[in-house]
Amino acid sequence: MNPLIAAASVVGAGLSVGLAAIGSGVGQGTAAGYAVEGIARQPEAEGKIRGALLLSFAFIESLTIYGLVVALVLLFANPFSG
Amino acid sequence: MIQTFFFNINELTVGQHWYWTIFGYEVHGQVLVTAWFVFALIRIFSLAANRDLKETPDGLQNLAEFITEFVRDIAKTQIGEDDHLTWVPFLGAIFLFIFVSNWSGALLPWHILEIPGGELAAPTNDINTTVALAILTSIAYFYRGLSKKGLGYFNRYVSPAAFLLPINVLEDFTKPLSLSFRLFGNVLADELVVAVLVTLVPLFVPIPLILLGLFTSAIQALVFSTLAGAYIGEAVEEHHLLKVFFTI
Repeated sequence: MNPLIAAASVVGAGLSVGLAAIGSGVGQGTAAGYAVEGIARQPEAEGKIRGALLLSFAFIESLTIYGLVVALVLLFANPFSG
Repeated sequence: MIQTFFFNINELTVGQHWYWTIFGYEVHGQVLVTAWFVFALIRIFSLAANRDLKETPDGLQNLAEFITEFVRDIAKTQIGEDDHLTWVPFLGAIFLFIFVSNWSGALLPWHILEIPGGELAAPTNDINTTVALAILTSIAYFYRGLSKKGLGYFNRYVSPAAFLLPINVLEDFTKPLSLSFRLFGNVLADELVVAVLVTLVPLFVPIPLILLGLFTSAIQALVFSTLAGAYIGEAVEEHHLLKVFFTI
């Protein structure tokens, strides 16, 4: 494969996942913080709070996963190679 | 590849498939084999749980009733009181297929069986499987909207305001896209992480990540079926953003 394309793909893949993880980290941390505060304020609501929290985590995580998919495509199914 | 004198200790490949040609189309055989295994597993479980039904359930019947009530609850919160029972089979099939395939891919020792190309793993680690499930969900919510409202269904593209038309049309494309990518990315990412760790430290260290993978893949099964239910539910309602989050 053209070395320029290979190098650019590697850099792109690394940046893709790395940058995508920033937003997810901040978002999930904030969500977890508010959830823990809610549990501390009202311990008997823990089940519902945990349910909403886990579902929210799945959605926020999926944005990072999109970045991961781009990285995987660049590394293993590169459309610009050959 | 880490190679000893007699055999490879480990090999990590992505994108290698066992190609079958069916009616002139090339398909990924390893995904079909593992998907059939998942179907067989679910079918055997349902047959075993439904024999000798008792009033007070125990054993497998208890587990089957628990799963049915769980799916029924998802359907009721997402679709509403009136119509949810007709959609329980669909949501249940999606939930069970994704759950059993993710856990069977992570827990069962598939690598004992060697196949001529690629590896056996969870069938949901292939984008084709997840896109198929997402397109089924799209067809399901279109079907519900069109069967309940006829051509009046298309009014929801311009409600509450006409300038939202491009966004609503775009939503019809992003819904299956996000469903499929979320599931595919989660499953493949966990498999890759475990595979890389096994390449580095084959004993004990991958286990916490396998457990994390079991947890997240179970959540993804729940999220996929919850979102499928939410899309089916909102196909006959006025446009409410954020309805999903307040119904857990």
